[in-house]
Amino acid sequence: MAVDRLSLDIPDRSITVLVGPSGCGKTTTLRMINRMVEPSEGTILLDGQDIQQQPVNTLRRSMGYVIQNAGLFQHRTIVDNIATVPRMLGWGKDKARARARELMERVGLDGALAKRYPYQLSGGQQQRVGVARALAADPPVLLMDEPFSAVDPVVRKGLQDELLRIQAELGKTIVFVTHDIDEAVKLGTMVAVMRTGGHLAQFAPPAELLSDPADAFVEDFLGADRGIRRLSFFPATGLELLTGPIVAVDATAEQVAARDTAGAPYLLVTDQEGRPLGWSEPGELTAGNIRQAELLPYGRPFVAGTDSLRSALDCAVLSPTGWAVAVDAEGRTAGVVSQQTIGEAIRGAHAERRASDRAAERPQAGKDSRVAR
Amino acid sequence: MNGFFDIPSDLQHSWLGLVGLHLREALLPVLAGLVVSLPLAQLCVRFRWLYPPVLWVTTVLYAIPSLAFFVLLIDYTGQTELTVMIPLTVYSLVVLVPAIVDGVRSVPQETLAAATAMGFGPVRRYLQVQLPIAVPAIIAGLRVATVSSISLVSVGTLIGNQGALGNLLNDANIYNRPELAVNAVLSMAALAILADGLLVGLRLLLTPWMPRRTRTKPKAGRPDPAVLALEDAAR
Repeated sequence: MAVDRLSLDIPDRSITVLVGPSGCGKTTTLRMINRMVEPSEGTILLDGQDIQQQPVNTLRRSMGYVIQNAGLFQHRTIVDNIATVPRMLGWGKDKARARARELMERVGLDGALAKRYPYQLSGGQQQRVGVARALAADPPVLLMDEPFSAVDPVVRKGLQDELLRIQAELGKTIVFVTHDIDEAVKLGTMVAVMRTGGHLAQFAPPAELLSDPADAFVEDFLGADRGIRRLSFFPATGLELLTGPIVAVDATAEQVAARDTAGAPYLLVTDQEGRPLGWSEPGELTAGNIRQAELLPYGRPFVAGTDSLRSALDCAVLSPTGWAVAVDAEGRTAGVVSQQTIGEAIRGAHAERRASDRAAERPQAGKDSRVAR
Repeated sequence: MNGFFDIPSDLQHSWLGLVGLHLREALLPVLAGLVVSLPLAQLCVRFRWLYPPVLWVTTVLYAIPSLAFFVLLIDYTGQTELTVMIPLTVYSLVVLVPAIVDGVRSVPQETLAAATAMGFGPVRRYLQVQLPIAVPAIIAGLRVATVSSISLVSVGTLIGNQGALGNLLNDANIYNRPELAVNAVLSMAALAILADGLLVGLRLLLTPWMPRRTRTKPKAGRPDPAVLALEDAAR
């Protein structure tokens, strides 16, 4: 039995990710929603209506479908591929093509590709066409079956970011199937972890999944570093940044001596614009003659306003001094922070999250699809 | 060569007349074979168990010598072109059925799944997705069937001069004019090459979506796919 007694409330206008090992029935579940697989028992409700009650092709045309390797029609041009469903819905050729071109722009495809054939596109571009094709008739529901599994990691990250951007603009109800837990945590508003036989192991927002896995199976599936990964849900905005141990490369001896090094055993040297150059012990600095080659590397800085505690911690771990460098959006140094301070911030964030969890029950997801068997 | 195109009067045709006759006798069976093969192949795709027996039957039919066919048919269709064309139609099936079945089966699973998910019914899916993608395979089959049909027509000479250009072979023998045999062979070879070339042209016309192997270097106006891939990665 592929999927057994699964009951799921998929919230409107958000991304619900079905994740699990191969053969857990996640694709079967997805295909039951557009009736490519018919359940032997049970009902699937869409906006309160049984999907069995409407003609199957009408149902399918009201749902976009994106598949691994895109599944484009190799004998049609890109623009005609995207215009497929609008044409079937009876749109005129010009209107359908105009819509297709608009969508190419939306998914980040160059309009010059419109008259090309699929073989002339890279895997990542084909996948973008697949997304555009699914969006063509503006369906309220988007079904995505491991859409980004077959492209390389760099392209995949780009496609994931693009999907989040498109979703922020369009607000579709997306059901997304993947076997990649990182992808699930990154994309999902809600994540359903499934185990073999189509049993639901846990259905929760990603942060909750990482902090409170329901059982050993989910915990194992999440991997060893779920504590670290969970930090990506905590912003680094609350970190107390020190500006004392920062000195410009052209500072005078008095300026160097006047630096407040009480909190930090090292000084961060920056260039005239404030971009970080490297660390040095205060005693080793000779004003007016700072040799950049002798500075200790600072690792990778994090952006103070937008990055998460995970990035901040990563920067601190990467830095040989154990101190992370925070920069602003332009790359100018905003301050420095120690591993110890980040650790305190993490503990504080955890305590705060626990308190807010107790205070407010998680808002219940709205109506929509219900898959049962 | 004196009298190369001087066709003996017993054939009742000029050289061009024979060429026309030859093309009709060779190509109509291929066309008929295609008309029979398309639904037959679709049945074989739809019901997988049907394919091996169909393949077996077409192969056995192909093994029947044309002379035996003529003996069987001559009671019903007489010494006519039809008696020549029926065996040729049957022979074409052995090439066309597998070509179409393989072509239709070569359509990738995800393309079919995508078509189904977009609300294509079985008929629309066959006509708008499977058949167009099978075109290269079908034309490859048609090329073999056409060329072999053009050469096979000549055996019709055995049943009352129904072999078009092939009749020249018999006349070369009885009138002791070897140039007529050379004419027959060269004309048939030329027709076969011409017909094959036209089919290749037809395929190029019908499948602009296929990678062209001859164009190894991208033209100046057309961005290199590798560059496009990099741009994509950089997004």
